[in-house]
Amino acid sequence: MLQPYIPVLLLILFVAANAVMMIVVSHYAAPRRPTPLKDAPYESGMPPLGSARERFSVKFYLVAMLFIVFDIETVFLFPWGTIFFGDAGAGPGMGFLLVEMLVFMVILAVGYVYVWKRRALEWD
Amino acid sequence: MSLDLSIPRGLLLALLPELVLTGWAMILLLFVAWRHRTTRDLRVAGGITAVALVTTAATVWWLWWNQAGVAGIAQMVAVDDYRWVTDWLFLGAAGLTVLVSFEYLERERLLAPEYYVLLLFAVIGMMLMGGAEDLMVLFLGLELMSIAVYVLAGFDRRNPRAAEAALKYFLIGAFASGFLLYGIALIYGATGTTNLSLVGVQVDSLRLGSDPMLLIGLGLLLVGFAFKVAAVPFHMWAPDVYDGAPTPVTAFMATGVKAAAFAALFRVLTEAFPQAGAWREIVAGLAILTMVAGNLVALAQRSLKRMLAYSSIAHAGYLLVAVATGTSAGTAAFLVYLVAYTLMTLGAFALLAAKGRGGESDVLIDDLAGLASRRPWLAFALAVCMLSLLGFPGTAGFIAKWYILLAAAGVGEWLLAAILVLTSVVSAGYYLPVIMVMYMKPEPFEQAHTGVKLGRLAGVAVAAAVAGILYFGVRPNGLLDLAKETGVGVKPVPTFTVEPSGR
Repeated sequence: MLQPYIPVLLLILFVAANAVMMIVVSHYAAPRRPTPLKDAPYESGMPPLGSARERFSVKFYLVAMLFIVFDIETVFLFPWGTIFFGDAGAGPGMGFLLVEMLVFMVILAVGYVYVWKRRALEWD
Repeated sequence: MSLDLSIPRGLLLALLPELVLTGWAMILLLFVAWRHRTTRDLRVAGGITAVALVTTAATVWWLWWNQAGVAGIAQMVAVDDYRWVTDWLFLGAAGLTVLVSFEYLERERLLAPEYYVLLLFAVIGMMLMGGAEDLMVLFLGLELMSIAVYVLAGFDRRNPRAAEAALKYFLIGAFASGFLLYGIALIYGATGTTNLSLVGVQVDSLRLGSDPMLLIGLGLLLVGFAFKVAAVPFHMWAPDVYDGAPTPVTAFMATGVKAAAFAALFRVLTEAFPQAGAWREIVAGLAILTMVAGNLVALAQRSLKRMLAYSSIAHAGYLLVAVATGTSAGTAAFLVYLVAYTLMTLGAFALLAAKGRGGESDVLIDDLAGLASRRPWLAFALAVCMLSLLGFPGTAGFIAKWYILLAAAGVGEWLLAAILVLTSVVSAGYYLPVIMVMYMKPEPFEQAHTGVKLGRLAGVAVAAAVAGILYFGVRPNGLLDLAKETGVGVKPVPTFTVEPSGR
């Protein structure tokens, strides 16, 4: 009964092994020249200690929103793809199915053109 | 013309108005992407919007004229007169808003033609709500409308009050959407379908009238809607948001958005839950609270804009009375009231936009003193709007209120009818002072009203609203007949059973 889930199990094992391998190998193989800055947690250019009430540039939110919009587009494409290319076969409704998805893409493309022209994709 | 919604052609025809309007919105968005700097661009965008609304209304008319209907059960969208009438209402409200916005945006230096794009998207959402035959389509329409209106509410970015209004509206709106969605989930859990007619059939055939899961779902649905229509006790956001938003947007929110939420609520309750009568008492209770609280708090308001905001809450109470009846007479009264309410509220807000500056939230009722001697036509128009809001005989507001009373009396809801009459008397305490101040008090100082100017197009909008109020007040027959014919169509699908889907 659980047979179909074996690939998932394999994937989990592979991911876990991969993560452990990356940490272990870099621990032993990488050259180490520690500085106080490098030993700080996260080491991502942000001071790790300080007030949490900081203001972030609104641009971050804009990029995040645009990312989500176009990410959702891809998410919608997957179930559509499984029906279009999958078991439904080439029925009479397939043309309509294609047109429907094209309409969806065109609407998103119009939004994309707008975002591009209004320079929302440029950082400065 | 009977449409088969299972084939592409039928589906496309059934969705034609929404498709046409979406097409126009896309064209406008592309136009705005290139041209968004000068006042001329703003005017062209406004013109495109007007053309879009007119062509969409014509499409709706074409479907109505051909008596479009569905073969069998409507999937996803309803194809009935109720949808066409509410579509006209939304398009009309948006059209009047565009006329008022034309000069307003230039005067307030809100030179961003995206305003019109957002307006069109909001109208598409409203049309989907009015025509939703499925709870998912309803939710989709609601979100499309709400997200556009959140942005419109904060359109005056430099004004901190507008920013506050937008944020408040967004947070409360997201909260309400959560309630609504959870309610939909529970209703789906209880009945196995999200189609409104099929929910009605399932409630009837599986005897779910007192099923806890269904009732909790219905309750959450009602809470979500009560937030959207600003019914007491879910109204706290409304005065601040109406106050902070630019006045044409406030007018649009108070009329179009509220009408859309009401239209959807009415269809959901009458089509899906005629057998689960529990909602009648809840809606009646909300109506009583809303009428009493809205009218009493409006009495205490000094600012004209806030007074109109509370007045619009009070009117939501009157509309809830019509919803609570749940009969076809109630549907007719509901539609007549929506038309009258839209005309008088839009007229009043348009006139307020002419008087004020910088969001108009600081215009007190006393600031109108002596307006009648300086601007007799403006004062007359505002007086007509106030009398109609009060429900004075000879105006559309009177006829509409009268029919709600008739519908409430027809099902023996005497308590609701009595409270409606009593609170209407109370409302004279804040509508009549506006007229008294305009006509009976002297101008406080020379040139107190020099800046008051109604633009030409806004003047057309106000004239149309006033003419409509007076015309329907004297000759309501045509409107009533249309509303009655429409009211018959909104009812549950009669007896047949459907197996609950196994998934």
